[in-house]
Amino acid sequence: MRSYDIVVIGGGPAGLAAAIAAKKEGVDSILVLERDKELGGILNQCIHNGFGLHTFKEELTGPEYAGRFIDQAKDLDIEYRLNTMVMEIGADKLVTAMNREEGLFQIQAGAIILAMGCRERSRGALNIPGYRPAGIYSAGTAQRLVNMEGFMPGREVVILGSGDIGLIMARRMTLEGAKVKVVAELMPYSGGLKRNIVQCLDDYGIPLKLSHTVVDIRGKERLEGITLAKVDGRGKPIPGTEEDYSCDTLLLSVGLIPENELSDGMGVQMNPVTSGPKVNERMETSIEGVFACGNVLHVHDLVDFVSEEAGAAGRNAARYIKGAVATGSGHVVTLEPVQGVRYTVPCTIDPEKMDDTQIVRFRVGNVYKKCTIGVYFDDEQVISRKRPVVAPGEMEEIKLERAKLLQYPELKKITIKIEEA
Amino acid sequence: MYDVIVIGAGVAGSSAARELSRYQVNACVLEKEEDVCCGTSKANSAIVHAGYDAAEGSLMAKLNVEGNEMMEDLAKELDFPFKRTGSLVVCLSEEDLPGLKALYDRGVKNGVKDMQVIVDKEEIRRMEPNLTDEVVGVLYAPTAGIVCPFNMNIAMAENANDNGVDFHFDTEVTEIRKIEGGWELVTNKGTFTTRYVVNAAGVHADKFHNMVSEKKIHITPRRGDYCLLDKKAGSHVSRTIFALPGKFGKGVLVTPTVHGNLLVGPTAIDIEDKESTATTREGLDELIGKAGMNVKNLPMRQVITSFAGLRAHEDGHEFIIGEVEGAEGFIDCAGIESPGLTSAPAIGKMVAQICRDKMDLKPDPNFQGKRKGILDPSTLSMEERNALIKENPAYGNIICRCEMVTEGEILDAIHRPLGARSLDGVKRRTRAGMGRCQAGFCSPRTMEILARECKLSMFEITKSGGSSKLVVGTNKDQI
Repeated sequence: MRSYDIVVIGGGPAGLAAAIAAKKEGVDSILVLERDKELGGILNQCIHNGFGLHTFKEELTGPEYAGRFIDQAKDLDIEYRLNTMVMEIGADKLVTAMNREEGLFQIQAGAIILAMGCRERSRGALNIPGYRPAGIYSAGTAQRLVNMEGFMPGREVVILGSGDIGLIMARRMTLEGAKVKVVAELMPYSGGLKRNIVQCLDDYGIPLKLSHTVVDIRGKERLEGITLAKVDGRGKPIPGTEEDYSCDTLLLSVGLIPENELSDGMGVQMNPVTSGPKVNERMETSIEGVFACGNVLHVHDLVDFVSEEAGAAGRNAARYIKGAVATGSGHVVTLEPVQGVRYTVPCTIDPEKMDDTQIVRFRVGNVYKKCTIGVYFDDEQVISRKRPVVAPGEMEEIKLERAKLLQYPELKKITIKIEEA
Repeated sequence: MYDVIVIGAGVAGSSAARELSRYQVNACVLEKEEDVCCGTSKANSAIVHAGYDAAEGSLMAKLNVEGNEMMEDLAKELDFPFKRTGSLVVCLSEEDLPGLKALYDRGVKNGVKDMQVIVDKEEIRRMEPNLTDEVVGVLYAPTAGIVCPFNMNIAMAENANDNGVDFHFDTEVTEIRKIEGGWELVTNKGTFTTRYVVNAAGVHADKFHNMVSEKKIHITPRRGDYCLLDKKAGSHVSRTIFALPGKFGKGVLVTPTVHGNLLVGPTAIDIEDKESTATTREGLDELIGKAGMNVKNLPMRQVITSFAGLRAHEDGHEFIIGEVEGAEGFIDCAGIESPGLTSAPAIGKMVAQICRDKMDLKPDPNFQGKRKGILDPSTLSMEERNALIKENPAYGNIICRCEMVTEGEILDAIHRPLGARSLDGVKRRTRAGMGRCQAGFCSPRTMEILARECKLSMFEITKSGGSSKLVVGTNKDQI
């Protein structure tokens, strides 16, 4: 049986950045397994610009951003397989994969980096009533059809959900000649980045209807129309507020779900809030030597942060292989998201094993204006950062210093909360 | 002129066609949709009922028990998934216990074997730990089971076709005229003549019956909404859990499916429109409300899709099978509602026997009853699978990542007799697109394969035939 020090599951932005970082950290035996026909993952269909402002200080398209990492991986002679589906991973890090040329084969990994990305929530998961005709696509599926294959899914479009892909697709469909009639959002706020609302909807005069949802779908064969209704505070449609729209296309941008079937199969512990693995300061899951990064860990809005997080996962996987993880005394601090903070990545920190600086990323559960992000070491407030506004659509972060944490040998938990004025 | 024309390629029509193909007969099936299994047969509970529900002495009861008994051998012969998992009818109040006993007694009279009324709560809990704590007794029927309704229907049709029965799709019968020695069927694809007609038109069977008979029948489309849950929830119960109608109304069933999902449903809403398979908010809310009555901790957040099917409810709530009075050579196979799927093997046999006796049909010595289904590579050992991939690399290429369906299986689905022509056709045959992402990832790839293999343009590929086109043009083509 073949064996590699590190097997990376997924050749998208997370997997590539992790593999590159691991190689630079001194591990040579690395294999990236990618199920699609090329490296780069979903970035290949994100042909709009706006990528790389943090990482490269310039504005790139998705394929350009991916290209930089693909080039680096190739320059570093990192081995990869395309069109290769990982079927199963054992808790013993035995990877079973399959492709046309090699058939079903097994690889023993010393460490594994999970970087499988996410999938889109489907209509079924929302239980939208009505018919089930052609013309209903998740925004990402439509994006693939339009941007990679050049096909128009329809002419008159309604978009449900104001996630970033939905907003981006509102603009794309308009530019390709379709009429986007409305974007409806169940929540009273958008789930996407502010800049996308401005650049993709406002600039094209596409209305955004907050607190609205689709309550009926018409058309037995091809979609003929939908009905929107306003929803109350609990998300229930309000009778009498129905509005009919004729359309041949309904795009859904109603959330992304980390694709963790393989992680589940290995027995990795999950965080029910993110639907991703629980990780420690080194991006290591509950199984030693198994790391996670990118959208399989938690859904990001900016790929720059994916690259950074994946770099950390790759470096730490390499250190694990080289036996270079600092031996700690077993002092583990728990991060506790409360009061408006939904989750944190990581979930725990071992101050002795962490890097000099640790970025903790999190999302909030609502829109808060003129608030403060408060960080507490047990009961003592250590960070108080004023923010004009925080929203669920934009990931937040704080930085923790190792030197500071080491000053608290008895520290049990770090609490992060939103404090309103 | 055909000897027999079957109207409808649902499970009843396909079963009749397959049973007819045992004889030397020139037969065809006319189907208004683009594929077999497009009506009631594709949207139901996928249950093989034990047979205690139908009234004693009814044709329903007889064919239910017969169909149930035939299912195991038929599933082997035609290679479709069937599991005899058993069922429980759950009773929630002491005062309804006599109702449970009455079901048991009826079952015995109907010829259902090995049933048991169990009131020992510990035993019930051991059998199904997720049943509600309110349970006071269950009727256990070990002969009940679950089946893949798509592949059962498809298997019967394929085998009928293998044995010489023609299938005409997208062919809608609009008029039926009596002619000398038979019938003339007017369709959108021309006129067909035949000596005998089998009316297996599901919810539309009353329309055809009423064209030839003064003694009218009336079929109400009774809509049933369902929710299908992710495979993660598939082992929540291990048997089909029915509610005993009683003090708390008529509940819904919760059942594992043969492919490992969990199915909850159906509602029962009488409607007018015979094509209206739209779910409604009220229906889904009712379903979600009732689902937890018998089974606790149902993970309804794991719903991956919801759908609705129409039962062909005849006013008399009985199967109508036989030659129509005053319409010689016109054989009804109508009112086939639950337990129609279970009964289908027996229904087909009965219809074929009526034809045989009427027409004095002789057995076809070349009849080949065995059919091989689409190979599921996950059932193979690693060595077998690798040998297969070496021979045909398409089996190494996963197209549907949720259900792990390979290109090899999709090619088989397209190229076998009565092969798939649409995304839904591929889905029903292979499960590609039936998983948790609901075809988000695999749709564009399956479309490409369909276009390539059927030599169609992408603009001709449909979700389910007709005008259900998936793409309408190319970028900027209207700017």
